[in-house]
Amino acid sequence: MNLALRTPDPKKLLKGATGDWEVVVGMEVHAQVTSKSKLFSGASTEFGGAPNSHVSLVDAAMPGMLPVINAECVAQAVRTGLGLKAKINPVSVFDRKNYFYPDLPQGYQISQYKQPIVGEGEITVDLEGGETITVGIERLHLEQDAGKSVHDQHPTLSYVDLNRSGVALMEIVSRPDLRSAEEASAYLSKLRTILRYLGTCDGNMDEGSLRADVNVSVRRPGDPLGTRCEIKNVNSIRFVRQAVEAEARRQIGIIEDGGTIDQETRLFDPSKGETRSMRSKEEAHDYRYFPDPDLLPLELDEAWIASLAEGLPELPDAKKARFIAEYGLSAYDATVLVDEKATADFYEAAARGRDPKIVANWVTQELAFRLNKDGKGIEESPVSPEQIGAVVDLIADGTISGKIAKDLFDIVWSEGGDPRAIVEARGMKQVTDTGAIEKVVEEIIAANPEKVEQLKAKPTLAGWFVGQVMKASGGKANPQAVNDILKRKLGL
Amino acid sequence: MSALIDLTIAGIREGLARGDFSATELTQAYVDAIEAARPLNAFIVETPDKALAMAAESDRRIAAGTARPLEGVPLGIKDLFATEGIHTQACSNVLKGFEPPYESTVTSNLWADGAVMLGKLNMDEFAMGSSNETSAYGPVVNPWRMAGSNAPMTPGGSSGGSAAAVAARLCAGATATDTGGSIRQPAAFTGTVGIKPTYGRCSRWGIVAFASSLDQAGPIARDVRDAAILLKSMASVDAKDATSVDLPVPDYEAAIGQSVKGLRIGIPKEYRVEGMPEEIERLWQQGIAWLRDAGAEIVDISLPHTKYALPAYYIVAPAEASSNLARYDGVRFGLRQGGGDGIVDLYEKSRAAGFGREVKRRILIGTYVLSAGYYDAYYLQAQKVRTLIKRDFETVFAAGVDTILTPATPSAAFGLEAMATASPVEMYLNDVFTVTVNMAGLPGIAVPAGLDQKGLPLGLQLIGRPFDESTLFKVGKVIEDAAGHFSPERWW
Repeated sequence: MNLALRTPDPKKLLKGATGDWEVVVGMEVHAQVTSKSKLFSGASTEFGGAPNSHVSLVDAAMPGMLPVINAECVAQAVRTGLGLKAKINPVSVFDRKNYFYPDLPQGYQISQYKQPIVGEGEITVDLEGGETITVGIERLHLEQDAGKSVHDQHPTLSYVDLNRSGVALMEIVSRPDLRSAEEASAYLSKLRTILRYLGTCDGNMDEGSLRADVNVSVRRPGDPLGTRCEIKNVNSIRFVRQAVEAEARRQIGIIEDGGTIDQETRLFDPSKGETRSMRSKEEAHDYRYFPDPDLLPLELDEAWIASLAEGLPELPDAKKARFIAEYGLSAYDATVLVDEKATADFYEAAARGRDPKIVANWVTQELAFRLNKDGKGIEESPVSPEQIGAVVDLIADGTISGKIAKDLFDIVWSEGGDPRAIVEARGMKQVTDTGAIEKVVEEIIAANPEKVEQLKAKPTLAGWFVGQVMKASGGKANPQAVNDILKRKLGL
Repeated sequence: MSALIDLTIAGIREGLARGDFSATELTQAYVDAIEAARPLNAFIVETPDKALAMAAESDRRIAAGTARPLEGVPLGIKDLFATEGIHTQACSNVLKGFEPPYESTVTSNLWADGAVMLGKLNMDEFAMGSSNETSAYGPVVNPWRMAGSNAPMTPGGSSGGSAAAVAARLCAGATATDTGGSIRQPAAFTGTVGIKPTYGRCSRWGIVAFASSLDQAGPIARDVRDAAILLKSMASVDAKDATSVDLPVPDYEAAIGQSVKGLRIGIPKEYRVEGMPEEIERLWQQGIAWLRDAGAEIVDISLPHTKYALPAYYIVAPAEASSNLARYDGVRFGLRQGGGDGIVDLYEKSRAAGFGREVKRRILIGTYVLSAGYYDAYYLQAQKVRTLIKRDFETVFAAGVDTILTPATPSAAFGLEAMATASPVEMYLNDVFTVTVNMAGLPGIAVPAGLDQKGLPLGLQLIGRPFDESTLFKVGKVIEDAAGHFSPERWW
């Protein structure tokens, strides 16, 4: 078992009043399949339509309506399974999960119970500090999403919006291989990255495209698994971290006070930073699963699976390894760059024919900082890879200094345009003419005899002279030339 | 005009082609006959305006020389079929007022072939019953009576309205459905021909579901040829029904009149059940003699798991029904009651008021057999039995048997209310000879073969290989020719 294989890491243990505790986390992630139409109907999956505008007769469970499987959703599930290095099951079965709820028109959800489309796989997760863990995937199955109950539109009545009803979800179930709140959030983040690379889920947590049910238990290091509680529908990576932390603390508190944990379903309240009970195990539904007689078992052709495998894009782990090998990047930079496929693509476009490390610095620092500040994604970046590349080129050929480059970047960011032309037009070129620099240096030395005197006792004051020269030259003097001339003139 | 309603579909086809009468005249004759036959309670909705409009279109087509295969043939439609803009309630109160915005595939096929719709036919609620007494509209009265008696008899069920309407000449033919015998038993009770085709031959799209893995549509007709003509139009593969089968629909009528010389007819010893009236046995022997005289080879066969079929059926069918009927919740269509006390109140009151006793009984049985802890003992076990029953048939067909001859029912029609105090199981025994066919997904036809001592019709059943309906029509025609035709004397 995986469980026994991981030796408890003292750094990850939680301190309780009576000793250390290990938290054990497993996750069921619901990922909305990227597809034009729903899992069993032709209705649109587009987000944000007017209520009940994307509802077919099948989604509304009208009498006599029948589900017909959407082949693209099946392909997306297989692609995802392949991306998770998982076993693709040649035969899988759709079951009905029966329960009554107003946003579940059929009175059952079509899901896969005993025979899912994807079996065991794994995900490699990089943690802060360079640690890497492997998280087991137990299964992935396809199922229908439910509609949405709306309770705030009328004082006494509830409304139902069936736009989501029947949209395809992949439920991705991990093994209980996670050992901290950080690992749990890192796992979800990595899973999201893989799904987005594959193009099988947009990973948009704000729109509910990705949400996690988080199973949390605690135990003394080395003990068997404790009783778990399931925290339903956590809809951000940050909340996963907070929810695990809060739930583990809650459980430790109860056990240390002599109590026991009741297996139950809980909800995380981000405003209070705590979990609260939703329903107990006794209140759990008896879902009366049985194979859906309206659908034949799903049989997948080996050649078809192989063709999907061939069409898979390069995935983040492979890309990261390649960035390290091909561009000589640090593991950290590579990890940051591959986190979003769009960022990696941007980087590669900018790095082509240039110093890859310098380009990496620009993308992971200056660009990332500005994007983050303006709340923009890399796709919306006002600066193109070509523009970043041109800035880097201008530094490399000595046309501008690193400092001027930042000013130039700001101009390109806010005004656009060709960086080289901007440098020309605005006289931002670096001054490498040593005669001109010498003249400035001499003026500064002449104007500050007391500083020259102090310099003898305090050599670090050389930096002050560099600063004065740069200031006087409007930042355009070549710093290397300034240093050299100062050294010579001041006899350093 | 009474002669017009005595015509078979084949006769109508010839008469219209020759111009002996118009489709409008024919339809008007049926409209009048239906009006005069209201005491039978066969039609619960009459659509004379629609019928006459369709007939007028047929007359135009005939005049233009563009007549379609069923041009101007007036049909009755079982209330289980969705008919666009027209009452479709599966004869249940829970669907009160429901008029679907869609048309079932089977009825669409019929209209596309030129048939004329006379109205909706009575049936057992949600097709659950063998006497038509579970209908929310009250029972259909069999046009047949015992000699010298006025006692109302059951037409059987669930397609009691279809069988009675055809027998009483209220329509030239009718659609019906068969989940455990609902076409064949009423056909046998009314001296009509009814065929349940192979599972997947007709689309289930737009037919209110009872038990999805067993439900199949088929026609009830005056004679074997008419049944062949109607099935040809009803059957099709359908992209909207994943369980429909993509095989060409043969010209079934071509089988009519073909020799049965050399065909091997299996006689299963397990169909000689305890307490079966002697006249049923005599009828069976008569059928054997007719086929032997026609040149067929009679072979004794064994279908050893037959006795388990009925109990297994009454697990599988209610299990599927309990899930299929979950959508009748009072939320989106049909009857709505309660709700003042929340959604559960709405569910409970709507379903309590909407469903009749037998439907409730089956929902409860189905819910029970699918429940955690009972699933393996009931549902799973029943599915295993189903596999064995299927294998029984496969074995005898593999051994060279072409078709199997059995009685259609263990008795003739019984009096309405005769079973009122009987246990539900006694009513279920009506299906003893027919359920095996549904469990195995095979085609089965009931053909009238004689009258009992009281003057009530009796039928024989032929069971065929998958998708070999043609052989059933061929052999059925031989029985029909030997037995003659049976019509009730008009008393209504």
